[in-house]
Amino acid sequence: MIDRRLVTNFDWTLIGLVSAICLMGVLNIYSASAAYKLGGAPYYIKQLNWMAFGLLLSLVVASLDYHILEDFSYWFYGFLVLLLIAVLLVGKRSLGATRWLNLGFFTIQPSELMKIVIVITFARFFNNFHSVGGLTVKEMLIPLGLLALPALLIMKQPDLGTATLVVMIAVSMAFYIGFRWATIVTFALVTVPLFWFGWAVYMKPYQKNRVLDFINPERSRLGSGYHIIQSKIAVGSGGFWGKGYVKGTQAQLRFLPEQHTDFAFSVFAEEWGFFGTLILIVLYLCLILWGLNIARRCNDRLGGLLAVGVTAMLFWHSVINIGMVIGLFPVVGVPLPFFSYGGTSMITSMVGIGILQSISMRRFMF
Amino acid sequence: MIKGQRYVRELAQPRQRTIPLAIVVTVLFFLLLLRLWYLQIIKVDDYRAMSENNRLRFLPVAASRGALMDRNGTVMVNNRPSFSLSIIPQEVKDVEGMLDRLAALLKLDRAELQERWEKTKGRARYYPVVIAVNITQDQVEIVEENRLRLPGVEVSVKPIREYAFQNSAAHLLGYIGEVSDKELDAPAYSDYNPGDYVGKNGIEKAWEKELHGSDGGRQLEVDSRGRVLRVLSESSPTVGNSLVLTVDSRLQRAAEQAFGGQAGAAVVMNVNNGEVLAFVSSPTFDPSLFAGRIPTDIWKKYLEDKRHPLENKALAGQYPPGSTFKMLTALAGLEAGVINENTTISDPGYYEMGGHKFRDWKASGHGVVNLRKSLKESCDTYYYMLGEKLGVDRIAAMAERFMLGKELGIGLQNEKKGLIPSTAWKLKRFGKKWFPGETLPVAIGQGYVLMTPIQLASMVATVANEGTIYRPHLVKKVVDPDGKTIKEFMPETLGTTGISSASFKKVKQGLYAVVNDPGGTGANARLWDVKVAGKTGTSQVVKLGEDRKKARKYEHMDHGLFVAFAPYDKPEVAVAVVVEHGGGGGAVAAPIAGKILRSYFDLQKPPTKQKYAEKEEQEPAEAPVKRQEMPAERETEE
Repeated sequence: MIDRRLVTNFDWTLIGLVSAICLMGVLNIYSASAAYKLGGAPYYIKQLNWMAFGLLLSLVVASLDYHILEDFSYWFYGFLVLLLIAVLLVGKRSLGATRWLNLGFFTIQPSELMKIVIVITFARFFNNFHSVGGLTVKEMLIPLGLLALPALLIMKQPDLGTATLVVMIAVSMAFYIGFRWATIVTFALVTVPLFWFGWAVYMKPYQKNRVLDFINPERSRLGSGYHIIQSKIAVGSGGFWGKGYVKGTQAQLRFLPEQHTDFAFSVFAEEWGFFGTLILIVLYLCLILWGLNIARRCNDRLGGLLAVGVTAMLFWHSVINIGMVIGLFPVVGVPLPFFSYGGTSMITSMVGIGILQSISMRRFMF
Repeated sequence: MIKGQRYVRELAQPRQRTIPLAIVVTVLFFLLLLRLWYLQIIKVDDYRAMSENNRLRFLPVAASRGALMDRNGTVMVNNRPSFSLSIIPQEVKDVEGMLDRLAALLKLDRAELQERWEKTKGRARYYPVVIAVNITQDQVEIVEENRLRLPGVEVSVKPIREYAFQNSAAHLLGYIGEVSDKELDAPAYSDYNPGDYVGKNGIEKAWEKELHGSDGGRQLEVDSRGRVLRVLSESSPTVGNSLVLTVDSRLQRAAEQAFGGQAGAAVVMNVNNGEVLAFVSSPTFDPSLFAGRIPTDIWKKYLEDKRHPLENKALAGQYPPGSTFKMLTALAGLEAGVINENTTISDPGYYEMGGHKFRDWKASGHGVVNLRKSLKESCDTYYYMLGEKLGVDRIAAMAERFMLGKELGIGLQNEKKGLIPSTAWKLKRFGKKWFPGETLPVAIGQGYVLMTPIQLASMVATVANEGTIYRPHLVKKVVDPDGKTIKEFMPETLGTTGISSASFKKVKQGLYAVVNDPGGTGANARLWDVKVAGKTGTSQVVKLGEDRKKARKYEHMDHGLFVAFAPYDKPEVAVAVVVEHGGGGGAVAAPIAGKILRSYFDLQKPPTKQKYAEKEEQEPAEAPVKRQEMPAERETEE
């Protein structure tokens, strides 16, 4: 049933990089949650379980030929849009936003799944679409529509972070296909007023605060700016060699918010210093470049598009998360793939790795 | 597998575009690294200093526990302040040295300080660690005087329990103590911290969630010298809810005094709703000792006392009910039609079955005995006969109708089930057939039968009200700190026996005779103004035979039992008394039950009349003659 070439072409580099990051994440989660008092399994054990489950899932996805995704892409897309509408109508509210949908036996976060589905949808669209000399504004109208519908629905939840990511992923894929210069200029002229409109109408006060705090963290030391300051203190005080494993005062005294999830990187930076962050960032860079390499050596347009899309997803997550905790970007609540604690993020990222693996294994077939 | 050939499209120029993408990616990651370099290498000294001055401190404010009140609103348990000593780990550089200093200064046990300190490893370092609880006012002053020599040491005030009636009702109320390591690991205690007090027993434990309230605290940011920079968050403690119990603290104390130091248990219950009015396990203990470290000598005294003061005998003591069980055997006989009120036997002092003689307690026999006389004189032979005719399973079925042999669900920990034997039970338990000879002891409440004092009280209450089994309960309502009722508990019916009123009446007449007819075994419980009905019981600790005669050691003496209800015509109250190793029920338990009922009825009267009634109480034996006129007078008094 399984072609022998698939086994011989199995991409060990990909799995190796992902596993290395995952294990560093587990090690870090142990330290980050050491100060918590918990009933039930500790976070690092749960994360290990998610990691194992995720790796298995990626193998299952990898064993399927990625071309079947093309057949189902619009069905996925339609279904997800329906789910996003359902979230707004009957979703579960928590922390001032409605993101979860209760399906009776478990709850899901459709916006998270949308990140993968937008990759598949755009891959399908651009695979059957030929543009000569770059995409024109007119050629961009259909993909823009495909993107705007879910992006606006997610923004409405409101979940600015995820909406931004979905847009970034889609734009990265369009860039892979190629733009005309005129198109880029036109979009720049349209989006600036659009952003202003978004600021005035769509953004919730807490999101505006985050942006303002980002521009000037001193604005509110106690409020949302507090997180960024504490995170920067954690990262900066790590120095070159770090304070030592489970010895970071910022983390162990629990100055950091959500230190095992979104701010896991700060804990790591405090305890392992620049030495540690350098290694981790190089690992992420290798993973992203390897993803692009998979796209480059794939002889099939669909495979290339999918690989670029998945890689873009991992890339933007990493850059936005790390940028956030070191005070380069606003706090938007984006997890660091494979490193932050959390099952949803692990599953989505591992499905992406499964797709990359599927493409990589079949690179000599087409 | 690869059906996908038709999908494959030529990849034109896009694949070259991975190169610019890779450049963008590398540049952005390089920017991240540059920023990290700036933060971690260039600015490291600034951020190091900031992280070292960055200190959080948490000042917990313990919530006051809710009070426990009796049915009349008299406070039985409340709080008083107690001082405890904490140290804040991050403020103390040399913890060992600090503990040495504290031990010397305050004359505290060095090892105990160490033990408490080690218990709290792995917690946030700005959270105070309690190292000594319940320290004296003098010790507090010493700490205050030496404040400067003891950086990072804090005295905190915590409410602890104060018992209005000292040892009274200790088993019912329970006590509080420091939360244990084992409890801290349980999800139910996830909000608790080491050093917190929690209910350990009795009502305090069973109602922990209502009583505890929620602790408050202030999260402060302080500088490296401990000066408060700002308050990050503040929450005030919420006082726990109070409970209004069903017991009457006056009746409770009267009942405890009635035991006069003898070991045993008593339960007083309202027959019409299951409210427990008094819940005695004697002797009692001092619950306030459990909040701190119990002095070793007192602890040893409690453990070595052969009367077992720490046992909750009312709930967990299981005793053979002895002759008090005969009321059930009689009901089983009446309902089965095996006997009626006129059935008589002639009692030679023993009953013969299968060539074996089962002896009556009275060797000379009771003569001609009918149902009334069989109860009045507690004739064993009559019930041996009945037992043989009924068989054990019909007796067990009757006991099950009274919901015996399982928990009644009073809502405290460690309630025991008792035991009602049957053929099926024996087969399951021992894998053996039931022998007919084993039925006879069961008919008189011996053999395998076991009941708790709560079950005895429930049984006689059900007889008194002719068939309704109420769940015995201890809490009337939950009130919030402002005194507003949050929950009120209504009487709960567990079931009905389905026995005819006529059968109950016949048995009740017998129980009346026990107390009031000449020659009745329960005469010691007689009151001059209220008709009491009851039944004595004596349960053997050592089996019949020669050993029994020699048995004069305390541990081998019989348990005396008495169950009663009153008034006979319109029952209100049921009482069950067990005196451990006291001797015959009529001699030791009936007088206690009499005293309890005496104070129950006295407490119903207006206070002015009470003194008069107490004088009368001195001569209860003379009462029977006057008794007939008194009920009318009582009505006018009320």
